[in-house]
This record gives sequence, structure tokens and C-alpha cells, in this order.
Amino acid sequence: MSLTTLTKPWEAMSYGFLDGSAKRELRRKTLKSVAVPGCQMPYASREVPMARGWGTGGLQVSLTLVNPKTRVKVIDQGADDSVNAASIRRFIARVAGTPTTMDTLEADLIQSRHRIPEEILREDQILVLQVPNPEPLRPVQPNMSIARQMHADADYGRMWLQLYEQIVRSGRVMQGASYPSLVHGRHVMTPSPIPRWDVPKLNMSKHLTILSAGREKRIFAVPPYTRVEPLVFSDVPYKVEEHGHLTCYRSGTKGFFMNEIPQDDGTSTFEVSDSEWGVKAIRKGAGEPVTTGETWYKNGEMPE
Amino acid sequence: MTLTLDAPRIVQTRALLQVSNVSKTYGPVKALQNVSAHAYPGEVLGIVGESGSGKSTLLRMMNLEETPDQGSYTLDLPDVQGNLFDLDRFARRMLCATRIGIVYQNPHLGLLMKHSSSGNVAERLLVAGERSFAVLRQKATEALDASEFPLERLDAPPAELSGGMQQRVQLAKAIALEPALLLLDEPTTGLDVSVQALVLDTLKRLQQDRKITMVIVSHDLGVIRTLADRVMVMRRGEVVETGLADQIFQDPQHAYTQQLVHAKL
Ligand SMILES: Nc1ncnc2c1ncn2[C@@H]1O[C@H](COP(=O)(O)OP(=O)(O)OP(=O)(O)O)[C@@H](O)[C@H]1O
Ligand SMILES: [Mg+2]
Repeated sequence: MSLTTLTKPWEAMSYGFLDGSAKRELRRKTLKSVAVPGCQMPYASREVPMARGWGTGGLQVSLTLVNPKTRVKVIDQGADDSVNAASIRRFIARVAGTPTTMDTLEADLIQSRHRIPEEILREDQILVLQVPNPEPLRPVQPNMSIARQMHADADYGRMWLQLYEQIVRSGRVMQGASYPSLVHGRHVMTPSPIPRWDVPKLNMSKHLTILSAGREKRIFAVPPYTRVEPLVFSDVPYKVEEHGHLTCYRSGTKGFFMNEIPQDDGTSTFEVSDSEWGVKAIRKGAGEPVTTGETWYKNGEMPE
Repeated sequence: MTLTLDAPRIVQTRALLQVSNVSKTYGPVKALQNVSAHAYPGEVLGIVGESGSGKSTLLRMMNLEETPDQGSYTLDLPDVQGNLFDLDRFARRMLCATRIGIVYQNPHLGLLMKHSSSGNVAERLLVAGERSFAVLRQKATEALDASEFPLERLDAPPAELSGGMQQRVQLAKAIALEPALLLLDEPTTGLDVSVQALVLDTLKRLQQDRKITMVIVSHDLGVIRTLADRVMVMRRGEVVETGLADQIFQDPQHAYTQQLVHAKL
């Protein structure tokens, strides 16, 4: 046996940049993570031409899932046009020949950092979230071996202790993004740094969500129609950001998650964070024919 | 050893705690050699002995943190059966979380130093499944109050408290769930005499009001004399003498015990 008989003939590049064995491993680990919702699966995170921490985990999952017909949308903090989102989108299109889109309704696969689009995702869509810190127990248990045991035992008391401390110190739960949530009644996961506004969108959603951390080499998933419950005290209800009453100064759309833009006079104006949703609203206002999907939030509230 | 002689106040009962023939070595150190101990329901068992005699090690075993090289451990409680050293990690954790309270010699082992004191107590209730903030807060306050903890420091982190207050937070944490067994490792060591008296009073009251079975380790014979019904004397990992407290203090049999008692008096 020699190296030449073991390796495949040289090729200029694999489809979708990653080589076959890397993709096979990722698919296997993705299937595992779908089988055990919310449970972190370790995987051999590969090198991609992007620095760790810039979405390499999400990118590897996207590259593994795409085929030449997959319509890809990439967003960063809700925006399709940020530098990072544009670079990732262009990279996927270049190495996999996929068509791209900015319209949430048209996308087959959405890779995102920090947001979930405002239009409801369908069963045939996949959301890939980039995750910086996959371990929700890290703030309460720095030893990762013990943290794994705690997951195995569903020993999550300390997560509530963290909330208790926040209420005692500040009078309310301070946890903003990455709100720890119980998946399928069993594993606590971090939903990646999406705002609290977006966490209820994961609960019993029709689409598959895959969360991947490239630097930390962990992948986990929320399969379709799976319970995702933010950790709360029975007598302190979960609250999303109070954006329901805000209006976007550019598109006039109201009742969605906003970016705050501080003004010189000390006040703030607001701009809808889901950029494509704003664009659609502007086009509609100009009389263009646009198709908008149903949104998760209605009149600034998430229906029960 | 007959029951009538051994525990005249509670003639008919079976021991709540029974540790039998436990041995443990750490490399060359024989920390425990063939140690047996028992405590009846509602009784206070005192363990005395010189530094390094294995007292803390024995207590850690009773809290199922450590498994001996040989020996067995049973607790006569509903739903608790067999040799507890055979339990897996999960079962041990649940048993300790709900039935056993411990106050460590070193507060750093028992407390989260940077969390609030009330949070430290609340953690114990959280492990047992309590999920109401109001109930957690109330029960934590009650337990701290019962431990003579100054309630105006309710949310101060133990790192900012005196040693005596830290011990009282540990005690509050240990009793928050009304444990069946309370393990105390030098609960008063390092405290000044007035605070020591306060903690001793608290323990006495707990023992009288709630009838919690206690095992208390101390090298301070005064503490043991105040609290213990029965006393076990240890030396170099072995039990040298066990008996009723009065008997041990008034009529010690073993030479080492005599030395200990007379050194004190
Ligand atoms: N984890 C450990 N690793 C190695 N040796 C240990 C360990 N725990 C205890 N020992 C040894 O076992 C012996 C008994 O220790 P232990 O802490 O039980 O004594 P002690 O009676 O509580 O003493 P003290 O009164 O000073 O607290 C000591 O020699 C100690 O060094
Ligand atoms: Mg000790």
C-alpha cells in the first residue's frame, strides 16, 4: 500500500471547495446533530480561505449542503449587503456555481450571522447560523469536560443561577443575545448571538436550523417542529426587545427588529435590521410588484 | 455493641447512616483503614482526631464525593437502597442534592465566591428543580436567617464576607432543602469565640427543632462536647474509640483518647 494508491487523482479543486471526505464527515455530524436536537457534536473544522471567527463554521455547512441549483442567501446582522455577507455569498457562488438571492422567500439555504429573517421560513428551507461560542455552560462552568457531564446529566441548575444573579444585581434578566434555550426538553443550547426577538422564531418552526462553530469545532441543530424554550423562571416571563412600536425611518415598516442609529442631538432613529424586508417595503411603497411572505411577528407581537 | 447501651434515647431505631469497613489510600498515605461509623436518626455523631487522621476524607465519602478502595455505605431513607458507593455519578448527584447537606472546612469548596450569598443558597434549590424566582428568594432568605446570617448582606458575594459569615452561608445552603443528613467539617474553626457560639447555637437549634441527623468533625473538643451525642476518635486513619459523649469525656478508655481529653481539660 502506498500513498498514491490511497489518494484520489489530483484535481484542480473539489466542488464546493471542501474535499469529499470533509463533506462526508460534516454530513454525518449534521445528521447526528439533527438526531439529537440541541446536542453539540464535535467535528474536524477545516481550513477555508477566511479567518476563524468570521463564519467558517457556517460556511463549511453551507458548502457541504449546496448543489448547483441551491439558491443561497447570506446575511450578516440582518443585512445582505454587508462586506462579510457579500464575500461569503460570492465565495459560495464561485466555488459551487450556485445562484444567489437576497429575497428570503426565494432562498433554499440561508447562512446568517446574528439574525433570523422576519419572513417565516418554510419546510424546504434551511437556516445555517454562525456560532462564535457554542457552549451555553461556559459562563458557569469553564471546565469543558465537566460541562459535557452536566449536559449528559441535564444538570442545568446553574443556568438559572445566572439568571437569578442578573435579577438580583440589575432587577431584570440582562441576557440579551445568545439567550440560552432548552431544545426538545432535553439539551440547553445557545441559539448563537441572535437577539431575544428571534429566539421564539425557532420554536416549532417549519425549517431546519443548523448551528455551526468553526473555531470551536461544534455543530448542533434544531430540526423542524422542535420545541425551543428560552430558560425562564416560572414567575418572570421571557421578554423580547421592545421594538414592536418602532418605525423604520427609511422604509416606514413597523413592528420588526430595528437597528438603533444614534443622532447628534442625543436621540435615536431606527432602521429595520432585516435589510431585504426594508427594501421590499420601499419597493412596495413605490408601486413595484413585490411578493412578501407572512412574517413571524404581527403588529409587533409574536402570536402565541 | 448493643443498641441499648449505644443509644439509650432511641432504642428501637435502625441506624440512619452506616459506613462499614472503609479503607482508602492515596499513594503511600493510608487515609482511612477499615473505618466503620454509624449514626441514628436525629443523632449528632462527633468525630475528633489529630490533623491528617482522615476526618475530612471520611466526610467526603459520606457525601459520596469520593469512593473508597473497599467498604460500604448505606442510608436508611425512603427510596435509597444498597451500597451507595455503587451508585453512578447521576444517582450520587441527585441523592446528595436532595438528602445530604455539607459544610466544608474550606468555604471555597462549598461556595461560589463571586455569586451572591442568596444565589449560593438558591443554587441548591435550583438543582432540586425549583423554578420560581419568588420562591427561591424567599427560601434562600429563610435558610440564611435560620443560620443567623445578617440579612442586610443577603446579596453580597462570599468573597466579600468574613470567614464566619461564609460558614453561615454554607450552613444555609446545606439546610435549605431540609436534608436528612447534615455533614459538618470544622464548621467553627477560625471563628472568634462569639461567632463560634452563635454558630453552635444555630446548630443546636437545628438539631432540636428539625431533628436532622448530623456528623460533625472538629478537632475542638469543646465543640464536640456541646453538640455530639456520640463521639468517634480517629488517629492515623483508624478509629481508636467510639462511645457516648459523656462516656468518652469522663471515662476515656484508649490511651490516645485519654491524652486528648486531658490535654483539653
Ligand atoms: N485527595 C487527596 N490526595 C492525596 N492525599 C490526600 C487526599 N485527601 C486526603 N489526603 C491525605 O489523607 C490524609 C487524611 O486527610 P484528611 O483531610 O482527611 O485529614 P483531617 O483529619 O481532615 O485533617 P485536618 O484536621 O487537618 O483537617 C492526609 O494525610 C492527607 O494528606
Ligand atoms: Mg479536615
